[in-house]
Amino acid sequence: MTPTLYTHVLDAECYKVRLLAALLGLPLDCVAVDSYPGEETRSEAFLALAPAGTLPVLEAGGLVLCGAPAILTWLAATGDVTEGWMPQDPAPRAQMQMWLGFSQRLSATAGAARLEAMFDMPAPEGALAAAEACLRELELHLAIRAVDDGAWLVGDHPCIADIACFADVALCPDAGLLHDEFPFLRHWLYRLRALPGFLPMPGIHPLHELRAG
Amino acid sequence: MSREHALDDWYPVADTVLPQIRATRLLDTDLSVAWDGETASVTGPDGTAYPAEIRFDHVWTCLGPAPRPLFGIEEADQPGRRRVPCGGVRVRCSPLRAVENFLDIAHFPYVHTGILGAEPHTEVFPYEVKIREEVDEVWATKVSFYQPQAAKSAGGATDIRYEYRVPHPMAAVLYKTCPPRPSEWDVIAIFVQPVSETVCIAWPWMALFDDTSSQAELVQFQQEIFLQDRSILENQIPAGLPLDPRMEIPTRADLTSVAYRRWLKRRGALYGALTEAE
Repeated sequence: MTPTLYTHVLDAECYKVRLLAALLGLPLDCVAVDSYPGEETRSEAFLALAPAGTLPVLEAGGLVLCGAPAILTWLAATGDVTEGWMPQDPAPRAQMQMWLGFSQRLSATAGAARLEAMFDMPAPEGALAAAEACLRELELHLAIRAVDDGAWLVGDHPCIADIACFADVALCPDAGLLHDEFPFLRHWLYRLRALPGFLPMPGIHPLHELRAG
Repeated sequence: MSREHALDDWYPVADTVLPQIRATRLLDTDLSVAWDGETASVTGPDGTAYPAEIRFDHVWTCLGPAPRPLFGIEEADQPGRRRVPCGGVRVRCSPLRAVENFLDIAHFPYVHTGILGAEPHTEVFPYEVKIREEVDEVWATKVSFYQPQAAKSAGGATDIRYEYRVPHPMAAVLYKTCPPRPSEWDVIAIFVQPVSETVCIAWPWMALFDDTSSQAELVQFQQEIFLQDRSILENQIPAGLPLDPRMEIPTRADLTSVAYRRWLKRRGALYGALTEAE
C-alpha cells in the first residue's frame, strides 16, 4: 500500500521526504496541505492528525509519523533494499543520529531565516548568523572527511542524515546566505544533485545535461 | 521623482485569505494593514489613514493624493470560476523585474522544466505586441508555446495559447488556454507590491475553471512555478530594470518586454527602473 504524505511544495522538511523517496524509487501519494497562505495546519482536522500542527506527516496503514527525521528513518528502514542509507554498525549508526540532530539545528536557523525572507514569517533573533555558524561547522566536517576521501557525512554512501541536512543548506541562498565561501559544502551539494533519481524543488535547480548528445 | 509618480497608483498590501493585522512596507513607507474578514484599513506610521479597497482577494491601497483608477479583470466575477490567491512572496528584486519576468516566455523550458516548457521545445514562435492606446495597456497576443503540464487541470503536454496584458506598471494578467474548457481562458495574474526600488512582494492570483483540484493543489501548483523564478530574479544585474535601449540588446522573443519598458518610460513609471546607461 502506497503511503500518504501530507506536504507543501515549498516546505524544506517535506522536500527531505520527497527527495529520499525519489532516490529510493518509492511511490508516495502526496496530499497538498495549504499551510501557506491558508494556515490549514492549524485546522482542527489537521491537528487531529498531527497535534504539533507541522508538516510533513506520513500515514501508512494505521501508522502516523510526524516530522522529517522519523519519516526518513521509516522510509529507509522499510524501502531501502541496499541498506546503504541507514548504516547498521553502532558507530556510523550513532554518527548518523548525530547529524540528524544537526539537521534540526539547520532547520531552526537556516530554515527559519528562509521562511522570514520569503514569507515574512518571523524568525528567532540571530537566526541567519546562527545558520552561518552551522554552515561553517558542516564545512569543517566535510573538509576533514575529504582528507580520508570521504564524500558524505558518514561512511562511503549517502545516508538519511545527508538528505536531512541537504535541504536547508541548499536553500540558504533563499535567505541571502550564499555558498560561495564553502567549497566543500558546494562539492557535497553537487554530488547529491548528481545522484540518480534526484528530485529538484524551487530554489534547488536540477543539474543540466553537461555532455553533448 | 519616480516615487512621486508611483504614489498615485494602487498596490496590494495583503491578501484577504484570513483575518490579520500585518506590518508591511510600500514605496519605502511603513504601513499597518488590518483585515477583519469584512473591512480593511491601512495606516501609516504617523497615524495617517490611507484608502483601502478590496479587489481580487487582496487589500489595495494608494499613498498619493490623486489615485489613478485601479484596473478591472472581468473574469474575476464570472460564475463557475475559482479564485485562487496564492499568498505573498518577498523577492529582492525591482518590482518591475518581477513583472517583466512574468511576461517572458523564453525561459520556460529552462526554469520551469517539465511544467511550462521542456527541451528541445525552446522556440518562441512569432507573436504580436501592441500598446492599446484607448486603454493605455500593453498587450501581447497570438502567443503559443508547447507545455508539458500547462495547468493543474491539464492531462498532459499540449500547445497552449497565451495573451498577456499589462494594465498597471506593477501588475500583469495572463490569459491562457483553459484545458477543461477550451472556449474560455484561465486567468493568472501577478500583483506586485513595491516595498522599495529593489525589494518587492509578489502576490500571484488566479481565476480558473477547475472542478477537480483542491485549493491547496491549485495554490501550490502556482507557488512552485513562481518560486522557481525567485532565485533567478534575485540574481539579475543591475537591480533596476534598464529602460535605456543602449543597455541591453533584446531578441525577437523579448518583444513584450521591449513594449513594457517603452510604455513605462513614456508613462514616467520609473520607480525601480534605471533610465540611463551607466
